[in-house]
Amino acid sequence: MSLKRKDLTSIASLSPDEIMLILETADSFKEVTGREIKKVPALRGKTVVNFFFEPSTRTRTSFELAAKRLSADVINFSPSSSSIVKGESLLDTARNIEAMQADIIVLRHPSAGAAETLARGVKSSVINAGDGWHEHPTQALLDLFTLREKKLEFKGLRVAIVGDLAHSRVARSNIYALTKLGAEVRAVGPPTMIPACLEKLGVRVYYDMDEALRGVDVIMMLRLQLERQGRALFPTIREYSRLYGLTADRLRLAEPDALVMHPGPVNRGVEIAPEVADSFASVILDQVTNGVAVRMGVLYLLSGAN
Amino acid sequence: MAHSLHHSILIRGGHVIDPGRMNGPAEVLIENGKIVAVGHNLAVPSRGQDASLRTIDATGQLVLPGFVDLHVHLREPGFEYKETIQTGTASAVAGGFTSVCCMPNTNPVNDNQAITEFILDQARAAGNAHVFPVGAVTKGSEGKELAEIGDLRRAGCVAISDDGRPVMNSLVMRRAMEYALAFDLPVIDHCEDLHLSEGGCMNEGLVSTQLGLQGIPAAAEDVMVARNLALAELTGARLHLAHVSTAGSVRMVREAKARGIRVTAEACPHHFSLTEEAVRDFNTLAKMNPPLRTWQDIQAIKEGLRDGTIDVIATDHAPHATQDKQREFAEAPFGIVGLETALPLTLALVEEGVLSLEAAVAKLTTAPAQTFSLTKGTLAPGADADVVVVDAQRQWEVDPSRFRSKSTNTPFAGWKVKGLATTTIVAGNVVYELA
Repeated sequence: MSLKRKDLTSIASLSPDEIMLILETADSFKEVTGREIKKVPALRGKTVVNFFFEPSTRTRTSFELAAKRLSADVINFSPSSSSIVKGESLLDTARNIEAMQADIIVLRHPSAGAAETLARGVKSSVINAGDGWHEHPTQALLDLFTLREKKLEFKGLRVAIVGDLAHSRVARSNIYALTKLGAEVRAVGPPTMIPACLEKLGVRVYYDMDEALRGVDVIMMLRLQLERQGRALFPTIREYSRLYGLTADRLRLAEPDALVMHPGPVNRGVEIAPEVADSFASVILDQVTNGVAVRMGVLYLLSGAN
Repeated sequence: MAHSLHHSILIRGGHVIDPGRMNGPAEVLIENGKIVAVGHNLAVPSRGQDASLRTIDATGQLVLPGFVDLHVHLREPGFEYKETIQTGTASAVAGGFTSVCCMPNTNPVNDNQAITEFILDQARAAGNAHVFPVGAVTKGSEGKELAEIGDLRRAGCVAISDDGRPVMNSLVMRRAMEYALAFDLPVIDHCEDLHLSEGGCMNEGLVSTQLGLQGIPAAAEDVMVARNLALAELTGARLHLAHVSTAGSVRMVREAKARGIRVTAEACPHHFSLTEEAVRDFNTLAKMNPPLRTWQDIQAIKEGLRDGTIDVIATDHAPHATQDKQREFAEAPFGIVGLETALPLTLALVEEGVLSLEAAVAKLTTAPAQTFSLTKGTLAPGADADVVVVDAQRQWEVDPSRFRSKSTNTPFAGWKVKGLATTTIVAGNVVYELA
């Protein structure tokens, strides 16, 4: 089995079968990451370029580790060290990297659509590691992997996604992924953070968090971009936290065995109370661990090595 | 001038449409740059060997007044790498346009007599279409102090606009409208509340949500249309609304016209031909401002064109170089070229039954001329001989590499369309012939 595609730029373009194939492939790599010698030769001789236009520690490190555990050569490019500052276009820079025979380009970019634009312009495989507010497909895949690992069935699973959905690529990718697999998705946040026509993506919108959390199996918290306070999306962090912060009391509204997820980095005490982040319900660190396995799976499937 | 001069031209065999005056088979006789007669068996003046008479066979084709475009960006001075007055007017005549009104957002901005005169000089040197400059409303189009509107008028500006940088301050807009009254000059506004649209790059709706792109709500336009209509009512000024794109705008203009407010409006072919769906693969060639909207908005614009709420079809021809458009969607500039695709897209409205052929021709000729008080857009005897011969049945495929424009930024590449200008005459000179 293989992915019949050059790139992974979005969840929206994946079929449910492709999603399941990636998750199943990640299963075997999860086993590898548990070994004493966490390395397999699957991508030996391949070059993976991490091309990050936005600061990111976790995603970049996760991709780097994933590539290294597959024995690929890894290069990290970031704007400060690259020619972007010299006015070279994204496409030109990428073509230069490609000319050095990069097999896979992992792109993080502040502009929605950057990964698709790049994928159309280069022969290398492109993996979207987050493009603006558009998508962050590997984040959604690792979230799915984590849910599946906790033996949850996607069909009929009730998932609340809470926070600034308008400006969240994590939310979009998860909405596409979960709805494709038959989960029931509730979008929760102030109306200023719910983008236009969101219901048409097959989700139910709630402004009242307590109502939204009743009976859910999973609570996915989004990181609040604190700098957005000045842009009239919410009055104060204090009020946001009171209305949409996940507290222990609120967690009790969900199913007793509900899971709490967060893509990180966490604003403790803002969108999530410390005791919730550290509770048994929290799978935040499992997400991070699984991120490496899922990215190994994606790199492997796109490398044509299988 | 590259083209040949003829003292007399006789266009025979065609179907003449001069909206409101003539609609039927006729000949058109041109002498010394003017229309002499439209009729049958016209007496061609004999001049011995008659070397200066040229006959154009328009059998099976339409003979129309040259089109008048109230909204183009010729980019000169300042952005000659995108377009020049030479290439922009070459593009115009290839599309059947014999008069174009160019927006002042050049560098420097056309906010003074010297720039206006420069544009007119360049247009004369190019020798293609007539160019009517639009002057800035405010100095540098900064929205603060009025430009020398009287001087601009005297130098040849036919209207004022801060296109692309709408006048946000309502008091400044009021004063501009009042002041323009002294010269009976139309005031154009690109209606956009810059606070509501800030950071936006496409229509706000389902597609922007799916793509994670910042939207520009229809309300960003509607709010300013409402303001401008209120100010037009207050001042009595001649208000012209550029590129109407929303159902709300159409509704408000219709209501304002019914109440007798002096307002005219234009719509662009892309706003009645494409929806926001064209953006779906982050296609920067479908990025313009106002953005492509929804099917409902298209229906409203068509209804507005049909019932006369929207007077004029204008292109908002906005050339951008390939490297400008080959950027990430949010960073790419707004705008598409339009002069060489406007005719077939307008004729498609006739095919669809939205407009009669004569009404469609009027939206490109008599109506725009009247809107800016230009003595253009007619085949009346004595008028400047600006004529276009159109093969309305001719099928062709849009191939941007064949455009006369310096830029190729169109979302219509590869479209199979119908209707093409075959001969364009400006002031009695054949300036374009289909190869």
